[in-house]
Amino acid sequence: MSKEVTGTTWNVYDANKLTQAEIYGRVLCDLGEEYPNLVGLTADLAKSTKIGLFEEKYPERFINTGIAEQNLFGIAAGMAKTGLLPVVSTMAAFASMRAAEQVRTDICYQNLNVKIIATHGGVSFASAGTTHHATEDVAIMRSFANMTVIVPADGIETANAVRASLKHDGPVYIRIGRGFEPTYYENEDYGFEIGKAVEVRDGTDITIIAMGITVLQAAEAADFLAKNDGLSVRVINMHTIKPIDREAIMKAVTETRRILTVEEHNVIGGLGTAVADVIAESGKGCAFTKVGLNDEFAEIGYPEDLYAYYKLDADGIIEKVREIMGKDFEEDDDWEDEV
Amino acid sequence: MLSNEEYKELLKTARTIRHSVIDTTLKAGGAHVGGGMSMLDIVVMLYFKYMKIDVNNPDDPDRDRFVLSKGHAAIGYIPLLAEKGFFDKKLLDDFNKFKSPFGMHPDANKIPGCDASTGSLGHGLPMAVGMALGARIQKKSFYTYCIVGDGELNEGSNWEAAMTAAHYKVDNLLLFIDRNKHMIDGPVEDIMGIEPLADKWKAFGWKVLEIDGHDMYQISEAIEMAKEIKDQPVVVIAHTIKGKSVDFMEDETKWHYGAIDSALGEQAHASIDKMYVELGLTE
Repeated sequence: MSKEVTGTTWNVYDANKLTQAEIYGRVLCDLGEEYPNLVGLTADLAKSTKIGLFEEKYPERFINTGIAEQNLFGIAAGMAKTGLLPVVSTMAAFASMRAAEQVRTDICYQNLNVKIIATHGGVSFASAGTTHHATEDVAIMRSFANMTVIVPADGIETANAVRASLKHDGPVYIRIGRGFEPTYYENEDYGFEIGKAVEVRDGTDITIIAMGITVLQAAEAADFLAKNDGLSVRVINMHTIKPIDREAIMKAVTETRRILTVEEHNVIGGLGTAVADVIAESGKGCAFTKVGLNDEFAEIGYPEDLYAYYKLDADGIIEKVREIMGKDFEEDDDWEDEV
Repeated sequence: MLSNEEYKELLKTARTIRHSVIDTTLKAGGAHVGGGMSMLDIVVMLYFKYMKIDVNNPDDPDRDRFVLSKGHAAIGYIPLLAEKGFFDKKLLDDFNKFKSPFGMHPDANKIPGCDASTGSLGHGLPMAVGMALGARIQKKSFYTYCIVGDGELNEGSNWEAAMTAAHYKVDNLLLFIDRNKHMIDGPVEDIMGIEPLADKWKAFGWKVLEIDGHDMYQISEAIEMAKEIKDQPVVVIAHTIKGKSVDFMEDETKWHYGAIDSALGEQAHASIDKMYVELGLTE
């Protein structure tokens, strides 16, 4: 696999650092003290999702339903109704699809304080194949009224998201990866706020709006393009897909005139669609391109192979940006000659 | 054990609510009367004798909980909550109408006294198990009651919850099965049979009681017996009659859901009164 970018690559995993999933497991343990009503639930994935770390510390505040996700979310709803604060963790595919109706009807309709930490989001469980991929979950979850949807960039941001979700009143869906992803942030003090995008690179030529693992890749791509192509690339970490930060999008529309969304998700219904909604409703057009899975189920392979294949890594993003920048784009009403 | 006085009072309450169900169905333009009537005596027993609830403090965190998993039976439940005093009975006039808090399936966020939004079958028991576990984790003494329909047991999620309740030895939950033997498309045993029902629940680790779900004495005895059973969940298979008390609806699949006109309404009211006279209510 060719790599134009040096530095962090998918294969280099710093064993001294905790994985994304481990970080949230530990954060939950800390929060268990702060929130005596916090309870953990899973469906036979205590180990895989790392919520088992909470179980070890608070066995009396932990329920494992076995392999029964519908029941898992129904029980969480019932517990929330008694004043508990359930944090439910299972794989994104099962949280968003097997248990979709329980999440929608039991939790969102009743607007219950249930926090869902969905692991193995996107194609992160790569070789496991389509049964264990979740490339529709953001679309499904963001269509449920009352639901907040967060896709953290890395383990550090996951910690921030989990903390913020407990302070938030109502259901929250936090979608993370498998746990082995490289981290973008070095510490938690960058002002995480639900619904408020983070600008990780300033720029004026084009804006890359990323979520999850693509934030790091977009930042690396921006640095590479600045150095080698002389491009000024803005990168926005759109960690909250719903409610989406309209202000950050509109600022990008007017200031950079070109937007590229990059998501580990089907291009239908996810980040790109959410951004497109905002742009379309504003009546102010700009060049707009979505990168993600093009209404297809993903191939099998190692994560880094899939991210490269679907243009979700820095190389792919660089290629897309160059494509967009190579096209004519004017700010007039002559649509014929525009991107 | 019920005293004679209690028994008579409960019958009177049930009779009043049955009349209210018919009046509300008339105004609502149609309702799931069959299943509303089949479970009604059990719910009357719970709300008017056993449940620790305060109509003036419906959100009391220590109150007993009730989950109507067969949410379509709201027509038998919402008039009961009104009769209990959770809200003004006049509100029932707008049942099913624009911006009414009451529709075919109960919305807990809109109905004082209602503990769970239900209607999608197979959702109630998992929630009820969650409530019971919630009580245990918080060391609270409240009790959770749940009613599922018999046809509803076709939904696999019930059996997921059944496993969990037995595994966690949930004994602060009482489940009733409204065994009225009909579902939309026909008799349960013809469409998708659930027998041998008692054996299934026993195999899942539950203690099983079987009663006549319209006999107030038997309902009361079952509840008291269930509360003595520790470290095991209890299910009461309540044999009931769909459309109970309305002669032209009884044991008729087609009265799962239906509309009535004022003539049928009169007939229904008369049939209800007749049944209670036969049960010894002369007042």
